[in-house]
Amino acid sequence: MPSPNQTPKAVPIPPAGSALILLKINGVDRSLSIDPRTSLLDVLREHLSLTGPKKGCNQGACGACTVLMDGQRVLSCLSLAVQLEGREITTIEGIANGELHPLQAAFIEHDGFQCGYCTPGQICSAIGMFQEFQNGLPSAVTGDMAAATIEFSDTEIKERMSGNLCRCGAYVGICEAIHSAFDREVAK
Amino acid sequence: MSVLQKLMETVVQFMPDKAPDPLIHKHGYLGTPVSRVDGQRKVKGEARFTAEFEIENLAYAVPVCSTIAKGRIISIDAYDAERSPGVIAIVTAENAPKMKRPPLMDVRHMDKGFAASDLAVLQDDKISWDGQPVAVVVAETLEQAEHAASLVRVEYDEKAARVSFEDLKAEATVPSAVMGEDPELEIGNAQKAFAAAAFKVDNLYRTPHYNHNAIEPHAAIAAWDEDGRLTVFDSTQFVNGCKHALAGMFGLDGDDVRVIAPFVGGGFGGKAALWNHTALCAAAAKVANRPVKMALSREDVFRLIGGRTPSEQRVALGADKEGKFAAIIHTGVTATTTHAKFPEQFSLTPRHLYASRTMSVGQKVVNLDTVANTWMRAPGESIGTFALESAIDELAYAMKIDPVELRRLNEPERDPTKGTEFSSRHLVEAYRRGAEKFGWSGRPAEPCSQRDGKWLIGQGVATAYYPVFRFPAAVRLRIAADGSALVQAAANEMGMGTATVQIQHAADRLGLPLEMVSFRYGDSDLPDSPIIAGGSSQTGSIAAAVQVAVEKAHRELVKLAGNGSPLAGANVEIEARDGGLFLSGEGNKGETYASILKRAGRDFIEVEETSGMPFEVMKYSMASYGAQFCKARVNRESGEVRISRWLGSFDCGRILNPKTAVSQLRGGIVMGIGMALAEETLLDTRRGRIMNPSLAEYHVPVHLDVPHIEIIYNDIPDEHTPLGAHGVGEIGITGAAAAIANAIFHATGKRIRDLPITLGKLL
Amino acid sequence: MKSFAYARAADLETAVQLLSKTPNAKLLGGGTNLVDLMRENIEQPDALVDVTGLPLDRIQERPDGGLVIGATVRNTAVAVHPVVRDRYPLLAQAIVFGASGQIRNMATVAGNLMQRTRCLYFYDHAARCNKRAPGAGCDAIGGFNRMHAILGASDSCIATHPSDMCVALAALNAKVKVVGPNGERTIAFEDFHRLPEDTPHIETDLQPGELITGIEIPPLGFARRSLYRKIRDRASYAFALVSVAAALEVDNGKVRNIRLALGGVAHKPWRATEAERVLAGANAGPESFRQAAEAELAPARGLAHNDFKIELAKRTIVGVLGELAGG
Repeated sequence: MPSPNQTPKAVPIPPAGSALILLKINGVDRSLSIDPRTSLLDVLREHLSLTGPKKGCNQGACGACTVLMDGQRVLSCLSLAVQLEGREITTIEGIANGELHPLQAAFIEHDGFQCGYCTPGQICSAIGMFQEFQNGLPSAVTGDMAAATIEFSDTEIKERMSGNLCRCGAYVGICEAIHSAFDREVAK
Repeated sequence: MSVLQKLMETVVQFMPDKAPDPLIHKHGYLGTPVSRVDGQRKVKGEARFTAEFEIENLAYAVPVCSTIAKGRIISIDAYDAERSPGVIAIVTAENAPKMKRPPLMDVRHMDKGFAASDLAVLQDDKISWDGQPVAVVVAETLEQAEHAASLVRVEYDEKAARVSFEDLKAEATVPSAVMGEDPELEIGNAQKAFAAAAFKVDNLYRTPHYNHNAIEPHAAIAAWDEDGRLTVFDSTQFVNGCKHALAGMFGLDGDDVRVIAPFVGGGFGGKAALWNHTALCAAAAKVANRPVKMALSREDVFRLIGGRTPSEQRVALGADKEGKFAAIIHTGVTATTTHAKFPEQFSLTPRHLYASRTMSVGQKVVNLDTVANTWMRAPGESIGTFALESAIDELAYAMKIDPVELRRLNEPERDPTKGTEFSSRHLVEAYRRGAEKFGWSGRPAEPCSQRDGKWLIGQGVATAYYPVFRFPAAVRLRIAADGSALVQAAANEMGMGTATVQIQHAADRLGLPLEMVSFRYGDSDLPDSPIIAGGSSQTGSIAAAVQVAVEKAHRELVKLAGNGSPLAGANVEIEARDGGLFLSGEGNKGETYASILKRAGRDFIEVEETSGMPFEVMKYSMASYGAQFCKARVNRESGEVRISRWLGSFDCGRILNPKTAVSQLRGGIVMGIGMALAEETLLDTRRGRIMNPSLAEYHVPVHLDVPHIEIIYNDIPDEHTPLGAHGVGEIGITGAAAAIANAIFHATGKRIRDLPITLGKLL
Repeated sequence: MKSFAYARAADLETAVQLLSKTPNAKLLGGGTNLVDLMRENIEQPDALVDVTGLPLDRIQERPDGGLVIGATVRNTAVAVHPVVRDRYPLLAQAIVFGASGQIRNMATVAGNLMQRTRCLYFYDHAARCNKRAPGAGCDAIGGFNRMHAILGASDSCIATHPSDMCVALAALNAKVKVVGPNGERTIAFEDFHRLPEDTPHIETDLQPGELITGIEIPPLGFARRSLYRKIRDRASYAFALVSVAAALEVDNGKVRNIRLALGGVAHKPWRATEAERVLAGANAGPESFRQAAEAELAPARGLAHNDFKIELAKRTIVGVLGELAGG
């Protein structure tokens, strides 16, 4: 048992083993020396002050940490940063240049959030989801897996977004926001 | 109830009403769907939550939790942990600073703050629940702290724990009070009236443990300065409560603790009280002698932070041939711990909803060796309405009467148990409008009569109910020479839209455009008062204080304007509009705030005011009401349930911001869907250990579980509440589970009285 | 999470060498399961060999109409592949019924095969578990066992395999291609995962130093008419209570060809050979579907909380076959 008068150690012990990685985050090359145990999420939040991606469960069950990796939505909590050399990461902070992304604006308009904690993950996820939809990826509610076209319906959106939990229950607003931001592109 | 309390309640009946707020009927920003003022920051990921503040020299703390439910620690072997890379300190009972026991909640002493459990952990070797922190590891990085925590070995002397609600409920006893009310109440001879009733139902309803599972896990950052003052960033619904409770624990003056919480990532009651981790974070910062962050893992949240108690409720209803209630009997048991002492108030619901010739309500509570139970969205009413509103549905089928009609028949004229007048109750109107919009009359009366392929379809309805609370609140108001206003209150934002609606309010009351008003909150250094984001009370509490602060500011401004002002000696009413004060009905006769202040050579004026005691809540029966309509589809083959339609028709006074209010109401309903169909915290009664401490295994609703939810509201102002409004944060969950259970019965003919209604129960 | 050494393998040979020469090494693909388990201290490798750079990320059509899917192909890439969607819809469907969009973008095909059970007691260090600590005992048997096995369980372990994709692969008679210190070999899908017996910690037929290089899916013309159905505790994003993968060919009202596999019911994806036997040549109608389901589930044993899964499995089989038969 530690002694009652234990004093803190003055000099920090460096992490056991560290790795150098180069990541491209929101268009900027970042060279980092990290403990290989560090997740992409913790690299972003604790090392790069990019706190937009959120830690909701750290176990791949809530989607709050969703970022885009080479354009695809992934969970940054389950990604070991050491594995991501050379990958392009886009976080909520990088999805728009100055102005709001149309989906961000739609989230405000349709009140697609309350506390705002799951919001960055919802938005990044929806952007990735829409890309998947356009690639022709079917979902669990797409009846015919071989269908040439899939309707961009409420049910499709909700199924594809189900990996992003919102405990405030803003799902109705989120779904409306996604429709309003992407419907026009679907029609093209 | 104490004699004093009874006396007070009698006295307030003779107190005159406060004059209704003139803003109630004025059309301004209030009542319009203003988008959230913090929306941009939230969608850009710029809103900073507790764990996200950058503090120099920050160390990371991780708790080590007990794996037994009762007993004592024999020894803690921290040898490996201490030598693990990056470890700064390991805090145990042996080296933790002394902490006093924090107080539990007492509505009469909200100013002292409160904790969910009055145990100060790490003060001795005693274990009171599985999950209790027994050590805290502090290290340079999160990875190092987490790993070192896994190396701490604890040897226990384990004792038999009381953990099974099912086995121990028979030992439950009557608590001394339930939310300050008598725990038991009898009107007439309900047993006799029930026995003699023409129609009756009598059943047991069970609800399981639930957890809040706000997506932001609880987190704290604590830092001590050289003078022994403590600053804490804490994810809390009650910055001032947190401040006072911490000050008490560490023997500090209230002014020596500052608690900051600008954005809270959901709370639902789970962040209202002080929990152990915040005190432990402060203790760890003291031992490590540097700022420390303790951001709980999802599992830690389940182990350290309690949720909703399980309950077993009996509801027996008797009605005469005409459908009038002869007896309402609503009794039951909930669980708590010796250190939480919180009997969740399900039995308050039946006291205020329906007229009945006789009534017998009451509740008992049993102490378990588990994590402290606490408030979770509509504590009491959420589970109370499940039982009562299921029973009413059962009675309606027994009587072959429409369940909406049965409720209308028993609508009371005055509060059924207190005998007080309703301040504003239009439940029947909410039912009428809801039924019409939902198309209720087209629903076949018989169960099992609608089908779509493999899916059986049913419609259900239930009453939503949540009382009105208000607490005295202090606000500081500054009006500056540029004509802008800043409202400051130690308020809390966890998604309700606190800043937005208070800015709308202040803008209307001050006659300013929205963009000229700002709101500062989330900091205990702001005026001290018990403003809590709880009990759906915060908006009304702050609004009452803003009203008196604005009135005071206006008086001071008129004085400041002096004799040279058109306002001087005015014998008509002065009104706030166009950025200043003007004579009522006399065009531009008046002066802007900017002009008054400039003429007076002042940069600003600042006033601080506190709203009065909530006597109106004692004088009147005050509550929000609603009618929840839903359509459920049940797969005949698999028992899967899908909610395909929802309409909530609410009577919550005046709706201040339709956009944010609708979101809150929907949010409550979504949580009600989870409560009804999927959520359950699994406590293994062999060990007293929660087995599904994860969002993968505790099933909160996902996007696909939630249909479009339509919300309508009466929008009838309550003349006796600030702004004519009622809180809307909690009522949405009430009645929701019953509406679903009732719809499932209508679809399948199967009555499920045990939540959650998982598919196995419908096979 | 314990510290580990990290190495990225550029080619198969290096990967095999690193894996077999480094003590307590594990392969890292998408990380969706392994990283979670490492964070829970259930997996504590001393070294990780990253295989995502290996040239195993392609889906190739075989001349016979079948497919070879590389080990590191991401789940989404399989589900969106036109040949998979056209010839093996049950496989595409099983994948999109699993996990979430984000996880499917990360998870590899081989990782999907290697994922470990979601048993609550396996995940909890304070509980006894024969998978984590062989011989310790199983707390799930007398505990919460709603998600647990009804077929093929043992006194040592009642865990289920959580994969959806593997249920479809079982129905498709897929083969698992592996390479190890002793060269390449191919494992029939039904032999790849094991039943728990008294060694539940040994979950697959992989030998030390072996790694999966790909999955072979033989041609199966009638799989164009196939389905995957998953029953779970919420509408999406939950593990299966019961799932059914089936392909059916009916000729003149008789079953001409049938493939059937179950998920969520056993320690491995459960190929329903007994039901297939009963159905061969039988009438393609509800009675024989029910008979087949009864036959398959005859040896099923329920526990305190999962008894309902026996009936649920039967009904789901009947429902899925009914739908495929056009009823």
